[in-house]
Amino acid sequence: MAERSTVTAPERTTPVGRRRSASAREMLRAHPTLGPLVVLVVSVVVFGLINTRFFSPANLSIMLQEVAVIGLLALGQTIIILTAGIDLSVGAAMILAQMVMAGTEVNSGVPAGLALIIGMLVALLTGLANGFLVTRLHVPPFIATLGTLGVFTAAGLKYANGQTVNPPQSSVLLWSGKLLGTGTFRITTGVLTMLAFYLVFAYVLGRTAWGRHVYAVGDDIEAARLSGIHSARVLLSVYVIAGLIYGVAGWVQIGRVSSASTNISPTLNLDSITAVVIGGVSLFGGRGAVLGTLLGALIVQVFQNGLALAGVQELYQQLAEGLLVIAAVSVDRWIRRETRQ
Amino acid sequence: MTQTATRTPILAATGLVKTFGHVEALRGADFELFPGEVLAVIGDNGAGKSTLIQCLSGAIAPDEGHIFFDGVEVRFKDPLQARHAGIETLYQSLAVSPALDIASNIYLGRELRRRDVVGRVFRMLDIRTMRRLAEQYVRNLGIETLQDITQRVEVLSGGQRQAVAIARAAAFGSKVIILDEPTAALGVREASHVEDLIRTLRDRGLAVVLISHNMPSVFRLADRIHIQRLGRRIAVVTPQSHSMSEVVAIMTGAAAA
Ligand SMILES: Nc1ncnc2c1ncn2[C@@H]1O[C@H](COP(=O)(O)OP(=O)(O)O)[C@@H](O)[C@H]1O
Ligand SMILES: [Mg+2]
Repeated sequence: MAERSTVTAPERTTPVGRRRSASAREMLRAHPTLGPLVVLVVSVVVFGLINTRFFSPANLSIMLQEVAVIGLLALGQTIIILTAGIDLSVGAAMILAQMVMAGTEVNSGVPAGLALIIGMLVALLTGLANGFLVTRLHVPPFIATLGTLGVFTAAGLKYANGQTVNPPQSSVLLWSGKLLGTGTFRITTGVLTMLAFYLVFAYVLGRTAWGRHVYAVGDDIEAARLSGIHSARVLLSVYVIAGLIYGVAGWVQIGRVSSASTNISPTLNLDSITAVVIGGVSLFGGRGAVLGTLLGALIVQVFQNGLALAGVQELYQQLAEGLLVIAAVSVDRWIRRETRQ
Repeated sequence: MTQTATRTPILAATGLVKTFGHVEALRGADFELFPGEVLAVIGDNGAGKSTLIQCLSGAIAPDEGHIFFDGVEVRFKDPLQARHAGIETLYQSLAVSPALDIASNIYLGRELRRRDVVGRVFRMLDIRTMRRLAEQYVRNLGIETLQDITQRVEVLSGGQRQAVAIARAAAFGSKVIILDEPTAALGVREASHVEDLIRTLRDRGLAVVLISHNMPSVFRLADRIHIQRLGRRIAVVTPQSHSMSEVVAIMTGAAAA
């Protein structure tokens, strides 16, 4: 028994035979954004061939504008999913934040700039609530955010009181709806805001210690802790930052429709998760990139728009989206299989 | 040896108790490590070796007992505090992050930032320097199969992962290095490199705790041998005072300490 550990043969890299069959998987594992990129390019080309209107500047503009809000929500969702969490309260948090922004300005007469800040504070509090439940009370993220989904929804409805609030034309709350561009190609400042946030978070996640720690916590929380990372602190910061991003999404949403109401697409939560998953970010945490999520959000939009232009019934659009999700998760499982020994 | 006995231990513990549900992993364990020595900790599986060093490294909190660092009682709240005191630990679980690359793992939790404005204001990591230094640490180990420092740890073999974790502990320990079964997944040649490394660390003045089942290696390296049995330290011997079979007899309870 004393000799036990000395007799094992030196371990080498993977045997050559297995290496080739694993190379596609290895490629996807190293570059999780590759899959969504290929899907996006192919679907854009196909839909463009089916209907030439797809490539018209006006249509491209519409698609980008549509993607601004969901893109921001999916960005916050991404950071949370990278930590192996999930957030079911995204849509409710955003709606609550935007109702507070518009309501404090229009109904309470608060200056628009201050109203924006108050709304952002509420968004921050929603994130803090989720983070507190997850890190202090150790409630699993799925359950914690399922609970706060109900709380935030109720708070939003109560605060809005069934009203649709229309901020005045000059309000800073409508800033994100401002159109820029030439001819029929026009994007909003909201779209640019969304893209700017993606750039910032691509940098923060890839080039700062905090970003590394987010990945490490999602990858193996105990290993992260033993490596001297304050896992709970990282998790809490992730939920708070995601909350702030949802606040920005609320702001962009007000600008897009020039009003705030609680009657917004009820599927925002799931749509944000869909974008993340299609974007190649692993639901098991620690793997993926925000660029993938942006591609995922674009893919969903391209499918919806392209199928609509092709005259396909809406039910098939949903079918397509569902199949994409299933395919993406299956690929993720396949990528992750056989990684640990 | 007589000289170490009069010095203050760099790391010591008395009466450590730790239970996991019904399992009493530690039942009043004592521990002493002197500066500049290699202390082997041996014992059967389940004797509480890993639990003991986890208490010392701040990974877990003992239910009872006292821990002293350099003569002062300490209570490490987490591994980071022990690390700041100069204690580096290679855990049996390795504690590596599979999706991150080798360099990122070596610098996990102590990343280097760029020293310029970008680093100060935008907190940008100095990835190039971390890779360069990580490569050196790994090269110092003499484990050739680790070639590309940008490889993700998940594609490495068990032995290679172990090498990464050893390189990390060896690179940053300034007072104490704790190695929990460092050569368990290594081949003969790699294991002998690790032995060399342990000698180098001791020659640099560090104190090394080595948990190992490999008796010949323990007898080659250790200044003293801490024998752990059923959650307690039952004896401290030296390679000079006892033979290998005597030590094994004490360890398994076949002979009295
Ligand atoms: N986290 C834990 N949870 C439950 N039981 C544990 C845990 N860690 C260790 N033990 C138990 O404590 C005892 C001592 O374990 P350990 O310290 O790992 O022993 P050794 O390292 O000497 O083999 C064993 O019976 C083990 O099953
Ligand atoms: Mg052990």
